[in-house]
Amino acid sequence: MKILVTVKQVAALDDEFELRDDGRDVDEDFFEEDLNEFDHYSVEEALLIKEAAGDDAEVVIVTVGNEDTDDALRTALAKGADRGIRIWDESLADADGIAVAKVLAKVVEREKPDMVFTGAQSADFGSAVTGMALAGLLGWPHAAVVCNLEYSPGSDTATLRRELEGGLEEIMTVRCPAVLSIQLGINEPRYASLRGIKQAKQKPVDELTLDDLGLAADGVTSASRVRRMYAPEKGQAELITGSAAEQATRLAEIIKELRGM
Amino acid sequence: MANLIVIAEQRDGELRETSLETIAALTSIKQADDKLAVAIIAADPQAHVQALSVDGVDEVVAVKATDDFQPDLTEAVIVELAKERKPSVIAVAHGVDAWSFAPAAAVKLDSGLATDVMGLKVEDGELVATRAGYAEKVLVDIDFPEKETVLLTVRTNVFEPAAGSGSPEVTEMAPPEADVATTHEGWKPPADAGGIDIGGAEFILSIGRGVGDESNVEEFQELAENMGATLGCSRPIADNGWLPKAHQVGQSGQLAANCKLYIAMGVSGSVQHQWGMKHVENIVAVNTDPEASIFSIARYGIVGDMFEIAEELENHF
Repeated sequence: MKILVTVKQVAALDDEFELRDDGRDVDEDFFEEDLNEFDHYSVEEALLIKEAAGDDAEVVIVTVGNEDTDDALRTALAKGADRGIRIWDESLADADGIAVAKVLAKVVEREKPDMVFTGAQSADFGSAVTGMALAGLLGWPHAAVVCNLEYSPGSDTATLRRELEGGLEEIMTVRCPAVLSIQLGINEPRYASLRGIKQAKQKPVDELTLDDLGLAADGVTSASRVRRMYAPEKGQAELITGSAAEQATRLAEIIKELRGM
Repeated sequence: MANLIVIAEQRDGELRETSLETIAALTSIKQADDKLAVAIIAADPQAHVQALSVDGVDEVVAVKATDDFQPDLTEAVIVELAKERKPSVIAVAHGVDAWSFAPAAAVKLDSGLATDVMGLKVEDGELVATRAGYAEKVLVDIDFPEKETVLLTVRTNVFEPAAGSGSPEVTEMAPPEADVATTHEGWKPPADAGGIDIGGAEFILSIGRGVGDESNVEEFQELAENMGATLGCSRPIADNGWLPKAHQVGQSGQLAANCKLYIAMGVSGSVQHQWGMKHVENIVAVNTDPEASIFSIARYGIVGDMFEIAEELENHF
């Protein structure tokens, strides 16, 4: 039994940042990179299933990215995943979620997992595209924004809940194997132990090229192109300055005035 | 002439308001000789025709299925409509349902795709969609070279819902054959609110990740009580179980529909949180990070420590 979990190294921006010369992205010197928050939950969900299954269950982590994204991969391995796969080619530098899904589809064909988990979205762009595009390419059953999952290895269906707007949840069964995108809060992700972090350094990571997957650079086209990137015009809050006591006094005045107190 | 298509959204037989916002998004780029069709998949699609007969809609396509949401069927309808009509744009609301089917439909069509779109324009004859990036710190203009059809998911609460009344042609479409791999089993309603009414509250004090630890929640609960405010929270606080889910403001929580004064302490202001409160007239943000996006929608801002401010605030109530 094998669960494949896709992860992404996401970028947060420094307080001050500059755009790249071509105006189509932020200069990467201003990135603070980390494993996507949603991926902590999808990795955890896979590990819980593996642990419940006992023996020969395997959790494989896959990411598309350059060598910097090894950090995200090792973070997931340190939690207890068995091995990793990283695919990279310079032609993927501007890949959108659709192009990444085309690469991942080849990995799924190669690995033949019983389930694929992805994060519901990435914390940086929030496109919510990659996982369900992957399902579309594979022709696999799929459900997005899964906040509860009952699945036993080998079972040909899973019962899940999708988290809808306003706190409502839908209970659904889905045929397996399936691609599921996992929502925050589905579980309590573990932290990697020191031992886990040490072991992760020894775990096997396959570094693959597009060629290894039988893909040509012109076979992984995106469904969109960034024309330009820019800072939004921001509304400007009226700043209340001074000491904490002064700020609180002013805030209390505002509250009392607006509340007619 | 170009064909524009909206896929309307219904849940358990109720048409969702987001459908009208999505129609408005497309009418904003509709040219005089373009044709806008709205498809509705439902057990009784005719029941929704009147609500969808708003300004700009030329045709309502009624697809009789069940009221259950089935991503596979929705994809099949999109593929069928695209094959028949060669639309330039297909749009759906960026809701949880669309997350399930829009990317899968886009790869089946080999169409362009942009999600969570908050602006649309035509530049030099090319469709350009605007969305946010890097946790809302930047905006991105996106185009779709060599794509005959573009699929868009449209951010909710951005476009004013389409209104007025048109008299669209109503056509019926047989549900296409689809290998439906999901089955609706039921609903799980939100947990009992325990008397917490975020939707009805006029004054909300909301806490976010900045509260740091569960043991710190109580002092804000007391402060809220002393001030006469309802205690709200952002998602991580509810996910951690530090407050019941009924306190959560945002897309997967509650809409602060009647709120007049919203004090956000230690809340960064994610797009999902803003969904529940950005309409409030008086927002006060208290945050140590001057770059937090909550400041861009707040009327008043305090760059400072939420604990210090809370402690000082106690002295006034």
